[in-house]
Amino acid sequence: MNPKPQSQTVLVVGGGIGGISAALEAAETGCEVVLIEKGPSLGGRVAALNRYFPKMCHPTCGLEINFQRIKRNPRLKVFTMSEVTAITGGPGNFKATIVTRPRYVKPNCTACGDCAKVATSEVADAFNYGLGTVKAAYLPHAMAFPMRYVLAPEVAGTPEGQSIKAACKVGAIDLDEQPTHFDLSVGAVIWATGWQPYPATNLTAYRYDALADVITNVEMERLAAHDGPTKGQILRRSDGTPAKKVALIQCAGSRDLNHLPYCSRICCLASMKHALYVREQHPDAQVDIYYIDIRAHDKLEAFYRKLKADGQVRWLKSKPARIEPGADGRPVVCGENTLTREVYAEPYDLVVLATGMQPSAKPPMETAMDDYGFVVGHEGGVIGAGVATGPLDVSMSVQSATAAALGAVQAVRR
Amino acid sequence: MDKKTGAYLCQGCGLGDALDIAALEKVAKAEFKLPVIKTHACLCGDEGVALIKADLEAGAVTLPVIGACSPRVMTDRFQFPNAQVLRANLREQVIWSHPAGDEDTQMLAEDMLRMAFTQATKLNAPTPWKEGEFATTLLVVGGGYAGLTAANEAVKAGHDVLLVEKSAQLGGSARGWTKVVPSDPPYREPQDNPLPALVAKVEANKAIRVARNATVTKTAGMPGKFQIELSDGSTHLVGAIVLATGSRPYDATKLGHLGYGASPDVITNVELEIKLASGKVTTKNGQAPKTVAFIQCAGSRDPAHLPYCSSVCCSVSLKQAIQLAKADPQTMVYIVYEEMRTPGQAEEFYRAAQDAGVIFMKGKANKVANGAGLTVTVADELLGQEVPLGPLDLVVLATGMVPNSTDVDAPAQEYGAELLNPDINPYPAADESYKPAPIVPTGGPILNLQYRQGPHLPMLADGFADSHYICFPYETRRTGIYACGPVRRPMDMAETADDARGAVLKAIQVIANAAEGASVHPRVGDLSYPKIGLSACTKCRRCTVECPFGAIDETEQDYPVVNPTRCRRCGTCMGACPVRTIAFDNYSVDMLSSMVKAVNIPDEFDEKPRILVIACENDAYPALDMAGIARHQYSAFVRILPVRCLGSMNLLLINDALSGGYDGVVLMGCKPGDDYQCHFVKGSAMAKERLSKIAETLKSMQLEPERVTMVEASIADSARLPKVIDELVATFDTIGPNPFKGL
Repeated sequence: MNPKPQSQTVLVVGGGIGGISAALEAAETGCEVVLIEKGPSLGGRVAALNRYFPKMCHPTCGLEINFQRIKRNPRLKVFTMSEVTAITGGPGNFKATIVTRPRYVKPNCTACGDCAKVATSEVADAFNYGLGTVKAAYLPHAMAFPMRYVLAPEVAGTPEGQSIKAACKVGAIDLDEQPTHFDLSVGAVIWATGWQPYPATNLTAYRYDALADVITNVEMERLAAHDGPTKGQILRRSDGTPAKKVALIQCAGSRDLNHLPYCSRICCLASMKHALYVREQHPDAQVDIYYIDIRAHDKLEAFYRKLKADGQVRWLKSKPARIEPGADGRPVVCGENTLTREVYAEPYDLVVLATGMQPSAKPPMETAMDDYGFVVGHEGGVIGAGVATGPLDVSMSVQSATAAALGAVQAVRR
Repeated sequence: MDKKTGAYLCQGCGLGDALDIAALEKVAKAEFKLPVIKTHACLCGDEGVALIKADLEAGAVTLPVIGACSPRVMTDRFQFPNAQVLRANLREQVIWSHPAGDEDTQMLAEDMLRMAFTQATKLNAPTPWKEGEFATTLLVVGGGYAGLTAANEAVKAGHDVLLVEKSAQLGGSARGWTKVVPSDPPYREPQDNPLPALVAKVEANKAIRVARNATVTKTAGMPGKFQIELSDGSTHLVGAIVLATGSRPYDATKLGHLGYGASPDVITNVELEIKLASGKVTTKNGQAPKTVAFIQCAGSRDPAHLPYCSSVCCSVSLKQAIQLAKADPQTMVYIVYEEMRTPGQAEEFYRAAQDAGVIFMKGKANKVANGAGLTVTVADELLGQEVPLGPLDLVVLATGMVPNSTDVDAPAQEYGAELLNPDINPYPAADESYKPAPIVPTGGPILNLQYRQGPHLPMLADGFADSHYICFPYETRRTGIYACGPVRRPMDMAETADDARGAVLKAIQVIANAAEGASVHPRVGDLSYPKIGLSACTKCRRCTVECPFGAIDETEQDYPVVNPTRCRRCGTCMGACPVRTIAFDNYSVDMLSSMVKAVNIPDEFDEKPRILVIACENDAYPALDMAGIARHQYSAFVRILPVRCLGSMNLLLINDALSGGYDGVVLMGCKPGDDYQCHFVKGSAMAKERLSKIAETLKSMQLEPERVTMVEASIADSARLPKVIDELVATFDTIGPNPFKGL
């Protein structure tokens, strides 16, 4: 028999949809839960998605419900700007060290926005994948939870920082904030750190760096979002004109031994969603989907059929060899069609690379992982949840997170 | 203790500059005669919070009404032990959405407070329903991989389990398999079947009571108190139910075009498993096959058969092909496929099959002929023509899965049969080329629910059980009953195990919450529940029919009876009731109606129309908040009334608004239908349905039908809704003032 757990608290690392779901499900089953998020607000990758396949509904809708659940639940504590730097021990008796980076804005911030009014410099807008800039004092986005501003570290020690501080009527700016450490005793650790997009710059033949109108799938989400850098208009990065002829390139990195050997699962479906974004904006738009296999798994086949019914969407079985700059500046997708054996060189207004997902963080303790860096199994260590365990869509991530919550409940109830 | 409402008005975030706070105080004092009225420069700061806290502790106030920011923010600051709190949204929905120092902005702020102060008079602290004993045992239906995993995991979380299996033995459809698709790194080799060990574990576990050769003949009651009757006559009390009835293979006799039935050497993937388990794969001649072809999507992804992809067949064929190729490297093994679907880490298994010498042909297998050996005609996509593949010794049809959402061996029941032919259909009607007929499962109910709405668990038009949510995959329309495994979605064994764990978590969660009288998702922790005043009830049955969760049954005298722990607190019953006799302690038609009437309606010569916006608090209301955050401006003539769900909107509210002089009423709710976004599944659909019947009422009042309209709103509509509101205000303006104004 295992010894009694020393702590009944559950630590959840990662505040995306997986971590939020795991934390809530555990807390709503009676556990004390601490949720740690690296960024300034919860929501992770899904907060930056425009819509979900296949229902084409908005991720913020489910996030709102989840944030309401968090606000109502006294058993769940959230720490943003925080990371776990060390974990020791085992189930029932873990010790975790957490580091909180300065936000320079204290919890008494009312989100009134006076600080942003006086900020003069701009920093890259992380929420929009750097497609635009924000003021150096900013609200991460309109749905941010917690609803609190952030001060970019770049201005903390500058005269601008001082004027921002002076503008805050409630004294919420603390320019001298330092990183803080604290230790937690917990009975279970759920690792839900999710994914990051595979770097498109690694795919040199696709010239993502050089060609403004070659973008990634996550950037496409922001272009299509009403609160994105183009207010939802899918515009070419080069000249701001509407993108009406669009190529969507599947397996940009995935299923490739030189990059990601596995299939990232969601890209086919995400690209179909992107085809819908474009088609909804322009009745005359043409979308070409370059693919190896269309992986609309299980019931998502319905979504594929929906797109197949649209004559303006073409399906080309081919992994393009390269993208070249055209004479008119438009990107030209080059390769050979696997079915027809035709060699093509097709110019487009916009090319979207369906880059895959790779795990974003490794647990700071010995953990069973596969060769790709995904957490597998959880006997004796942290419990993986969501995309930290493999490429999953949102629904499967929530399923995985709910299962992980059970693992945590079992560990602390023992 | 007497209710003492206090008004706390914040002057921070520009409120003090944009609004005449003294005039707001006057509303609280002169109109509502509140005993405590305070203002503060920053109410959410330590000092402001302490101010409220001190009044609460001194007993000067029992119910603070805070006129400041949106109730969606600063919730932690304005939470006080044992006290309810009301918020008037003066920041996001007043000063951030309307010009500062403006007469109409001020009138809006004053009305917001009137609505909140009025709400306070109607608000009571909910008393949770905790009658009698609550059970903690889980019922798991189905003794296959999903059910066994669920039972085993529930015990690990400290719960007893009643496991019901229809057949004579545990293990389910994968029981006899020798090897399964790999789920462990390096994902290249078929793995040992985990079932035998799991069956042994479950059988040895004293906390799991196994009923074999048994079905569920009755499920009555509610979460925490389900009364179960089994076919062996035994009765049990359980707290929650995990439905793990799995799937069955698609009926291969319907695949005659693929040669099934024409030759004993055309077999299904399930039949091949049996041969593999016997250790001897032979053809009718008793020889080991030298040439084998697997045909993928045999029935799946085919509008004449199964519209969906069965998800596991690609990997299962890869596994079987590898097993055959490894058994005899001389065997030629072909896989005829249209799309190879090995998502995630399973891609490695696809590579392993290629390395093992399996030959892949991309194309659709159109027919299988039986002559000198078998021949598969493949519409080869690479060559663009029909290609014969043969002669073959063995053809394996990769048949898909059909969910066991009903008990195929039980007689069908007429009552509640509409739940088997449901209206939530994920397949687009627009596509003429791919129009699958809805799958209406045959047979009888599995749980035999003794519910007013019938014995079945509601399902989707593709035959799978709920849910159709992306964010909340376990939320079925029958609280406390959670489906997992292939009855919910085609999935492989590894995913099934994960899914079973998830369903168990939800089951033990509902057990914990039911015992506290608390709601589960999405209004988690809500202690209120609907109470029905039977003296006024006309037995119209609208509440029992419309509840999205089947929470209300009927007595023998046809009176409605609420099962509190089935209830999800959306208020759809309250919206449905024609005589306003259904109310929650803290939410009622009377409360909403009083709030509507609390607004000052200027007379028609003031040229200040009033428009009532009844907004879903989950989506439309946050969108309006975010409109404020983005400083999008819209008409200050609207008065926004948040509701738990548009389903709780009672038509009498519209009556009250129009007879009270409002010039128009706008309902803002979530998308209904196949891709519903309503968090209570059917709430906004019910509101839409009710609204279609308002024309008569308006006619009798001699009012224009355009005065009442419904707007589909999503949470991402923060830029759109202000425009929609302004357009509607313009429309109401052209209709002219409401003749009831000032009467």
